[in-house]
Amino acid sequence: MIKFESVTKRYPDGTVAVNGLDLVAPSGQITVLVGPSGCGKTTSLRMINRMIEPTSGRIWLDETDTGTVSTSKLRRGIGYVIQHAGLFPHRTIVDNVATVPLMLGVDKKTARAQAMDLLVRVGLDPAFAKRYPAQLSGGQQQRVGVARALAADPPVMLMDEPFSAVDPVVRAQLHEEFLRLQQDLGKTIVLVTHDIDEAVKLGDQIAVLRVGGTLAQLATPADLLARPADDFVAGFVGRDRGYRSLGFADAGDLPTRKEVTVRLGSDFAAAAALAEDGWVLAIGDAGEPLGWLDASHPGTGPIGPQHLHRGGTVATEGGSLRAALDAALSAPSGRGVLVREDNTLLGTVTASEVVARIEERAAAERIEAAR
Amino acid sequence: MSSPPVGYLAAPDQPWNVQHYLDGKVGYVLGLLWQHLWLSVLPVVIGLIIALPIGYAAKRFKWTYTPLVTISGLLYTIPSLALFVVIPSVIGTQILDPINVVIPLTIYTIALMVRVIADGLRSVDETVLQAASAMGYSRFQRLLKVELPIAIPVIGAGLRVAVVANVGMVAVAAVIGVPQLGTLFSYGKDLFYYAPIVVGLVLSVALAFALDLLIVLAVRALTPWRKAVAAR
Repeated sequence: MIKFESVTKRYPDGTVAVNGLDLVAPSGQITVLVGPSGCGKTTSLRMINRMIEPTSGRIWLDETDTGTVSTSKLRRGIGYVIQHAGLFPHRTIVDNVATVPLMLGVDKKTARAQAMDLLVRVGLDPAFAKRYPAQLSGGQQQRVGVARALAADPPVMLMDEPFSAVDPVVRAQLHEEFLRLQQDLGKTIVLVTHDIDEAVKLGDQIAVLRVGGTLAQLATPADLLARPADDFVAGFVGRDRGYRSLGFADAGDLPTRKEVTVRLGSDFAAAAALAEDGWVLAIGDAGEPLGWLDASHPGTGPIGPQHLHRGGTVATEGGSLRAALDAALSAPSGRGVLVREDNTLLGTVTASEVVARIEERAAAERIEAAR
Repeated sequence: MSSPPVGYLAAPDQPWNVQHYLDGKVGYVLGLLWQHLWLSVLPVVIGLIIALPIGYAAKRFKWTYTPLVTISGLLYTIPSLALFVVIPSVIGTQILDPINVVIPLTIYTIALMVRVIADGLRSVDETVLQAASAMGYSRFQRLLKVELPIAIPVIGAGLRVAVVANVGMVAVAAVIGVPQLGTLFSYGKDLFYYAPIVVGLVLSVALAFALDLLIVLAVRALTPWRKAVAAR
């Protein structure tokens, strides 16, 4: 657990970066600090490992007042990940990862072996181990940065805009991997971002800070979207809050219907005859949905991948209402594709069916609230 | 041959005959080469050691950068001849003492290297420094294990200039009589004997070239990561 106790940072020129911050980041959870530039989120983060010293107040790491231990000792027990990874350009990937264990006196062989395991764990090919950072892409470097921070198995991780410097596709991928990793590791994580969507996606709780370094709201992502504390938070959280909050609403058992499917490679004319409302769903050999076939523009010969409409998203069984609604809205047939955990086709659902589920849920909540 | 064959003899019959000149003097010439070598290298080593903390200070305390770099740069403008002549009387050494050569050349090395070291250290990426500190490196450890290794290519480039310049400047010290390859120039000049000049010239160019190559190879060996960067 990390606890801020009326922490203030005032610079010699009078600027107040953080003002009387009280905050608890619970053990084993991801706490996201988010806010516009100048809100003191990075300053707050860096005061935890004393890269910046607070002017007043205390920061506790479990039972320890961080101000009472040496900075070297404190920092070796706290993983730190920054925006551009900050890898040591003169050391190989494996030696970058082994840095802190080596400092702590672990022998070279053991440290390197552990580093190799960690590289695999963060999704890097061990073949990268002997390369230098400059030979890796931004996303790969960021993975190494995470592995390096994890190397000494610190209970606490601080992450300063860790995913901001990579392109959106890689970022989404890193998000998924990061959450999976955290599920296994259960670190106490404080993560800084300026991106509210990232905060909502990654945080167990979100602390919204306002300019001047005060806490505007501390809430779970769902709560933040549903009940912003004031205009500032509402404005910062942004548009589409209603729709985005569906991302936290469990879809439950949706009334799925069976869908007639055709296999890739089967005859076009025969497939088109099975279409409903002009569209028929094509599946692969393992029963995975591939895309919709437009029966109104029939061709001849076997169905190839080039004939398929790829615009539709796919929702997983037991996922969120947002994913289910999006699948329905994005399907050219109007029938949203649901799959099981193993990616095989479960069935389809229409937007109106998902909306009906949303309304039922909201009505139930109103009744709950009125009690 | 007991004493070195330097003296005011008559002009030789074959002023360009190197082979003739070297006859029986190979040992003597190699001795001069050895003198020249250490008179060139020692000041670079001492100068580097002195310039390191100054260059670090110029980087660490931003406001000192301009004054330190300017002052050390000004040192370079003092003519070497003047230093060679003045130093013995200032520090009270004998006129033939090699220290009279080592000190001025050390000053030139410092003049050159303060800026090089400060700039080399400044070239280290801020995120790298931040990461190093956050991982628990003390300032000194960080300097030793992160900043200096990364600055090696820049520092190495500076050393190449310093060492080659020193090989040239050592020769000037012949005017104060400290024996090294420059001795061959003044000897040859006085006698209109060109062979020793040719020998001195070839050897000092070869020496400069060899020392330069040595630094290049050392830098390459110490920075395997740069090859990887260049390959990208």
